[in-house]
Amino acid sequence: MNIGWLTLLLLLPFVGAIVTMLIPKAKALTAKQVALGFSLVTLVLTVIVAIGYHRNGPDDYAETYTWIKAFGAHYALGLDGVGVVLVVLTALLSPIVIIASWNDAQSGRWSEKSFFAWILGLEALSIGVFSATDVFLFYVLFEATLIPMYFLIGGFGGPQRSYAAVKFLLYSLLGGLLMLASVVGLYVVSAKHGAPSYLLTDMMKLDISQNTERWLFLGFFFAFAVKAPMVPFHTWLPDAAGEATPGTSVLLVGVLDKIGTFGMIRFCLGLFPNASQWATPVVLVLALISVLYGALLAIGQTDIKRLIAYTSISHFGFIVMGIFALTSQGLTGSTLYMFNHGLSTAALFLVAGYLISRRGSARIADYGGVEKVAPVLAGTFLFAGLSSLALPGLSPFISEFMVLAGTFSRHKVIAVIAVLGIVLAALYILLMYQRTMTGPVRAGIEKLKDLNAREILAIAPLIILIIGLGIFPKPIVDIIKPAIDSTMQRVGVTDKAPQIPVTEGQK
Amino acid sequence: MSAMLLPLADFTAPKIEYNELAPLLVVFGAACVGVLAEAFLPRQLRHLVQLTITVVAVVVSGVLTGMLMNGKKEIIAAQGAISVDGPALFTWLILLALTLISVLLFAERSVDGGLSAFAGQAAAVPGSEAEREGTAARIEHTEVFPLTLFAVGGMMLFAASNDLLVLFVALEVFSLPLYLLCGLARRRRLISQEAAMKYFLLGAFSSAFLLFGIALLYGYAGTMSLGGISDALSTDTGNDTILLAGTGLLGVGLLFKVGGVPFHSWTPDVYQGAPTPVTGFMAACTKIAAFVGLMRVFYVALGGSRWDWAPMMWIVAILTMVVGSIVAITQTDVKRMLAYSSIAHAGFLLTAFVGLAQAGSGVHNGGITSTQAVLFYLVSYGFPTIGAFAVVTLVRDAGGEATHLSRWAGLGKKSPLLAGIFAFFLLSFAGIPLTAGFTGKWAVFSAAWTGGAWPLVVVAVLSSLVAAFFYVRVIVLMFFSDLPADSPDVALPGWQTTSAVALGLAATVVLGLVPGPVLDLAARAGEFIR
Repeated sequence: MNIGWLTLLLLLPFVGAIVTMLIPKAKALTAKQVALGFSLVTLVLTVIVAIGYHRNGPDDYAETYTWIKAFGAHYALGLDGVGVVLVVLTALLSPIVIIASWNDAQSGRWSEKSFFAWILGLEALSIGVFSATDVFLFYVLFEATLIPMYFLIGGFGGPQRSYAAVKFLLYSLLGGLLMLASVVGLYVVSAKHGAPSYLLTDMMKLDISQNTERWLFLGFFFAFAVKAPMVPFHTWLPDAAGEATPGTSVLLVGVLDKIGTFGMIRFCLGLFPNASQWATPVVLVLALISVLYGALLAIGQTDIKRLIAYTSISHFGFIVMGIFALTSQGLTGSTLYMFNHGLSTAALFLVAGYLISRRGSARIADYGGVEKVAPVLAGTFLFAGLSSLALPGLSPFISEFMVLAGTFSRHKVIAVIAVLGIVLAALYILLMYQRTMTGPVRAGIEKLKDLNAREILAIAPLIILIIGLGIFPKPIVDIIKPAIDSTMQRVGVTDKAPQIPVTEGQK
Repeated sequence: MSAMLLPLADFTAPKIEYNELAPLLVVFGAACVGVLAEAFLPRQLRHLVQLTITVVAVVVSGVLTGMLMNGKKEIIAAQGAISVDGPALFTWLILLALTLISVLLFAERSVDGGLSAFAGQAAAVPGSEAEREGTAARIEHTEVFPLTLFAVGGMMLFAASNDLLVLFVALEVFSLPLYLLCGLARRRRLISQEAAMKYFLLGAFSSAFLLFGIALLYGYAGTMSLGGISDALSTDTGNDTILLAGTGLLGVGLLFKVGGVPFHSWTPDVYQGAPTPVTGFMAACTKIAAFVGLMRVFYVALGGSRWDWAPMMWIVAILTMVVGSIVAITQTDVKRMLAYSSIAHAGFLLTAFVGLAQAGSGVHNGGITSTQAVLFYLVSYGFPTIGAFAVVTLVRDAGGEATHLSRWAGLGKKSPLLAGIFAFFLLSFAGIPLTAGFTGKWAVFSAAWTGGAWPLVVVAVLSSLVAAFFYVRVIVLMFFSDLPADSPDVALPGWQTTSAVALGLAATVVLGLVPGPVLDLAARAGEFIR
């Protein structure tokens, strides 16, 4: 039954943000509890929706209302396999970040409560982005997510946060505005075919001339490439993630950047299938460069948070590669990768945040021998690191394998070179672990406290999911698969080799 | 038989459509009543009476306009001089609505110690004894109200003029009061008088250009009426030199009022020097009237030679967007920054103007036309503009308004509400979604693209990025900087300013979320008739 589930999912965190904001400044604790409560209720609802989607399919969740008739814009929400996975990821990471950042916002520029209100606002907008089925609505929400993220980075974090926030904003706006040009172009194409409509279903029927399609594709792709981020539009990410609080970084890399790769699947492939195929060689090379360049730069970092940011650039390279390999295995792998990367990077950022908040420094050189003083912290850090480098048995391994296998079936050379990325991943993670956790205990580390119950509570769900999905990824693959199949059909490609069903391949 | 009578009897009285022209007549009539009231009423009464006259006139005129719009009757009135068509009526309505808000700001007396923003005695030498006496006696220039009425009446006429001579007369009718209003600031009088002088001199030059252009076009077509020029264009192919020269000169005069580069140089100085409520009024209303006038002349009269003027307008549009956005970055004064921002906005408007998407030429049923897009943009730009200038009047220190940007540092700490509202207006100017600015931008860009001017759209989005930078810089300054020790105060606004800001804010939100009704209204306005 359709009772506007998605609207509810979108409104709940939004209302939570307003309620949190209204609580008096002095009662920061109440505000935090309220924010946590709202995010938990949203998570429960999201799980219900996801289960319902798994059972009954997408029809129960579609909502369409005319919004601005003259523009052909609709308030249209709906889910597909890719969308569900990312909505779940968003709803999952928000409470985790709230718990993990419980005390992180005290030294911010503004009151503590506003940090949590912005997180809820971001959650609402992100859920909207992942479920919008109208291009105009998507664009509006896509741009609107910048505002909470801008204030999260600029208000709470390191000394250079203002600079990082503005850099983030300008890069994103550059991409967003070029996309606006393409969105406007889509309108013009649509208006030529009769009554303009931005609904995805209507847009897909449009017959766009080759040149126009390519230009429009470029506008969208550029925005998503900045968002994802891909080399050479990546320089804002290390600054932003390095300056923001760990919680903000988790949302930035775990949720917000996924909009880029999500958009590539839903909009680039969905609306401009021919142009996507046309652009594949260049995109794959860029993705490959992202994989290797991100990993190499990660090895060279001296700052833990910046290092993690560069690992993400490498990971996003893999995701984009899987998408544009245009095989069902690659696309499914990429979607799964988005989810798994959200989990593993969240774990990595949060544990690194715990570490940094104890010592007050993000420099790798300031640490050493932590595992002797705080074994639980070191253990979770190792676990998060191993999941990030895609250790077999943990969930990121499956997705990385699928991406590489999917790419290999079509683009052998690129896949072979990309495998180097795995080797480099082992290097940057293990080197970081070795330098910070092992060896003699450094001065200033001796009295490092181990993780407390709250911190463990925040990280535990991530660890459980990473192990669980590493062993049994079937449910999530089942959800993703149909959406990927229809995307493949839309693009007009089929898998090359006689195909072995994806899930069985991993058993 | 008529030949038998005296020539005098040949004179037939001109037919004036009083019903259709009523909104204009009410405004001009009230302005004259205001002048009389100024002459005959005792000083204590004037403020209240003038405010009442003005508000009543504007509201009555607005209601009459609304009734005309409802009647859907489009005519060329007053013997072909005035065109009361859909776009004209729409423009009248927004002009009157924005004037109402501006008049409220003019009447505000609580932010500056019980005195309005206008000089007590404009004739007194700045800093002199006479000036102090005037201030002590609480003298104030209530002439501003009839002047405003004359100005807005002129603007309404300008936007509806169907004849180049009427166009010129209307231009003077609305410009002269504005020159005066600019020079009437109570604080920083020298800079205000300088602004008025500059505006007057440059305005006079531009009027001369306009007049010269009109003369040449008359020479070409043998008529002043826009329809007549259009007819001449379609029949006559000779004497293009006069046509092109006339078009160019006319364009200079009109682009001056619009604030298009390279005819923009008056804008920052005048916006900075004029009393802030007047700046808000000019920024919103002058732009609206000038733009509709520009479109009317170029679409109706010169539409036939569009291939001659379109390339030049492309260049002007690009220059206006780029120069407006880039030079704004270097500004250190809020009002100057908003002035350059208004130039950039003029550039965005010009893209739709140049796109020339009209029903029948590339626009299919239900698509956005240039006229519709420009009209909508003018609404979505006007309300936040006046609201933003209203906010500027509230940030004050001992010397009056603290307009230097550095003085706004940390304002978010001092008054989160005010800074938040201003930030919202800035986000709207920057075109961030869910604000009026975004829907407006979207409308003009799609009109431009529909007309084939997609390169302009690309330039426009890139300029938007540059523009976003300087808007965001102000937000950063307000929210991310520490509050200096000697920071300016935030004056407690009276109901007038409060309602002006609230109306601006409400319009910005509503047009951002549900622009549908206004867009439909603009669509119903249709095209210019001739």
